[in-house]
Amino acid sequence: MFVYYLTLGLRSLRRNPALTVLMVMSIGLGVAASMTTWSVFRAVSGNPIPDKAAQLYTPQIDNWGPQQNEKGEPPSALSYTDAIALMHAHQAMQQTLLYPVQLSVLPGGSRSLPIAVNGYAVSGDFFPMFEVPFQYGSGWSTADDEGRTAIAVLSEEFNQKLFGGANSVGREITLDGHDYRIVGVTRHWDPKPRFFALFGSSGFEDPADFYVPFTRALDLQIDTAGNNSCRGKLTATGWDDWLRSNCVWVTPWVELDSASEVARYRQFLEGYAADQQRAGRFAWPPNVRLRNVMQWLDFQHVVPSESRISLLVSLGFFAICLINTIGLLLAKFMRRAAEIGVRRALGASRREIYKQYLMEAATVGVAGGVLGLLLTAVGISGTGLLFTPEIARLAHLDLSLVGLTLVVAILATVAAAFYPAWRAAQVQPAWQLKSN
Amino acid sequence: MQIQPILAALRRHRLATMLIALEIALACAVLCNACFLIANRVALLHVVSGVDESALATVQLTGYEDSHAVDLNARVLTGLRSIPGMQSVSVLNSIPFGARRGTAGITLDMAGQHFGGVVEFYVGGPGSMQALGLHVTSGRGPQPDDFRTFEGLMPTDASVQITRSLAEHLWAGTDPLGKDFWLDKWHYRVVGVIDHLVRPDPSNWQGDSKDWSIFVPALPGKFLAGSYLLRADPQDISRVLRDARATIAKIAPDAVFDEEGSKTFGDLRTDSFRQDRAMVGMLVGVIIALLLVTALGIVGLVSFWVAQRRKQIGIRRAIGATRGDILHYFQTENFLIVTFGIVLGMVLAFVLNMVLMKFYELPRLPLVYLPIGSVVLWGLGQLAVLGPALRAAAVSPVVATRSV
Repeated sequence: MFVYYLTLGLRSLRRNPALTVLMVMSIGLGVAASMTTWSVFRAVSGNPIPDKAAQLYTPQIDNWGPQQNEKGEPPSALSYTDAIALMHAHQAMQQTLLYPVQLSVLPGGSRSLPIAVNGYAVSGDFFPMFEVPFQYGSGWSTADDEGRTAIAVLSEEFNQKLFGGANSVGREITLDGHDYRIVGVTRHWDPKPRFFALFGSSGFEDPADFYVPFTRALDLQIDTAGNNSCRGKLTATGWDDWLRSNCVWVTPWVELDSASEVARYRQFLEGYAADQQRAGRFAWPPNVRLRNVMQWLDFQHVVPSESRISLLVSLGFFAICLINTIGLLLAKFMRRAAEIGVRRALGASRREIYKQYLMEAATVGVAGGVLGLLLTAVGISGTGLLFTPEIARLAHLDLSLVGLTLVVAILATVAAAFYPAWRAAQVQPAWQLKSN
Repeated sequence: MQIQPILAALRRHRLATMLIALEIALACAVLCNACFLIANRVALLHVVSGVDESALATVQLTGYEDSHAVDLNARVLTGLRSIPGMQSVSVLNSIPFGARRGTAGITLDMAGQHFGGVVEFYVGGPGSMQALGLHVTSGRGPQPDDFRTFEGLMPTDASVQITRSLAEHLWAGTDPLGKDFWLDKWHYRVVGVIDHLVRPDPSNWQGDSKDWSIFVPALPGKFLAGSYLLRADPQDISRVLRDARATIAKIAPDAVFDEEGSKTFGDLRTDSFRQDRAMVGMLVGVIIALLLVTALGIVGLVSFWVAQRRKQIGIRRAIGATRGDILHYFQTENFLIVTFGIVLGMVLAFVLNMVLMKFYELPRLPLVYLPIGSVVLWGLGQLAVLGPALRAAAVSPVVATRSV
């Protein structure tokens, strides 16, 4: 019966070509608009580090006070003073401070022109905390942090560019005129969005080229390449003056494995801020936050507003298309009231009629899904127009999206057909047989 | 036209009526908000920069040692000035539609109690104001001795020019000339008003605050280097920038030429609004598709109704109704349904606007969009119903006499 209804459905598609085309287009357009915007939304709102997102936390401390902070929220990074104090307190199992740096390097030896490369000044715990995979060598130890050693970890891509992909561990690299010994080369590692360094970044830039010790970068007085946000006193003249200022630019991360550890750390932060208040550095009660990865991404509005708005607009569009389909299916089915009457009179139950017309709707759904798939492919290749290239390249047509498109198209059409099919099943055979 | 029989007939087609009304309601909500988004973006695309965009370009250098900055400035300024066709080269920290280096909050009193707003400080060397082509509408432009050397972020005491919209924001209705403001302990005095100077990042600011900029004259030095303003004839500017790139490789091999940041102002503006333009395109596309789908849906359903009521139409015609009566019947029916949908849609439009305001810093939907949306949808409904209604009007009275 299933196959029979399917052939009936396909035949009926041909019977009212205008109505069919209208329905298929409606479903296809609606599905394609939704799926294209969904593919982008899925890419930018994903969890960048699924297995550890709940253990990684970034502490915030309000060092600006209620008059100058951001609507009651502490700043999104720490001042040098607070960052170093948290490091020294060492209240978490693993912890890192970090800030982005941009340095120049001569890619082809001393005869070439320098290019700028981007990386991060981080603590040794950074690599195990964020599960950075290594191709050669490894990260560095806390002893190297404390020893303020001139060492560096390169990314696979940067190592490819400089050393042709060879094992460069132990070799030297000159960044901004200073030498570093290479201790490790990571495998390709580029969590999107880049949750750990969002201060002055959208979270979707090119992957980092290198990592150097935070302590070493401070010794060399390397400025942050990210945001540096200050309130009130701006008259810092030298490096030390800047470090002592209330400017925020350091991003801290801590790893806390259980709820009790989180509670304890939160208590510690409160205590720290209270100590600062007692010491007279803060003239306000403790105002601290401790957010994990997903809470942090949400708070930083990492999902671009374009993505949210376009998803919302296309979902509205899809809803309109579906309502449209209900109306058109109703018209299509009721036109065949006489035919239904005959079938009913010959002994078909309401259930059979119901099944037949849902099946017919499903064929419309399949056709709409196929059209939707084609349009989605076109739409995704066009995402580069609406989103920045960094974001657009995240959206792609994979197997799951193809499946989702077809399933959504078919399910939506069948759902839209419930009422029209029910109306078709309600046809009274006697009425239809009376005339003619 | 009697409305009573139409309503009675609609009561017998409750669901189909509801479907059309709901479709119209959703279309109304999406249409009003999408038009509002488009209007906002279009206003942004046409933001007045106040500078001679077609004649300007910028060169951005990084990667040099701070201690070499003074020497770098000297090499770059002389080197670039020798390029044929170059009209002027000057130093400017922030670039309209480009690098943003002087965003800060100012206060109107020395104690820092009265907050003025977050503004953009354009710190520029001699010649940069003329190169930008800023129009001083009152007061004076910078004099040679206004340009002084400084240490740190920007000059700690200076005579500055501010934009008219900033002047109105800070001292509404009074003459801004001679007024003072502070950035922390640093003091600035307004000596001139310029009509427009857009911020480097107008997309991030609402309304007049896109234009809250201050021009601070200063001499190039350690803290004002690496960001250059090039002026040439609009026809030459692309070529001059290409030459500049080649010249920098020769005269400043120690510096990194920032490819992303060094562009003509025309390109900078295009890049900076690329996303907004695409968003407008997408929204227009969605609106067209939406109106099309809605109209076709109405055509489909009304055609069905007409087919269903052929006999009744025939009877009405047989007992004296004119073609016009039948036509008007369907037109009025459509008008009633669409009106019902629009009423519902206005509520939905505000709900959607509220959601957008929550996720996205969007102003409240102005009421003027509702009548516009209504008129569009009424028109659309009438247009869609015309075909089927004409077919209904063409039904011959003879139909009534056929077998029953």
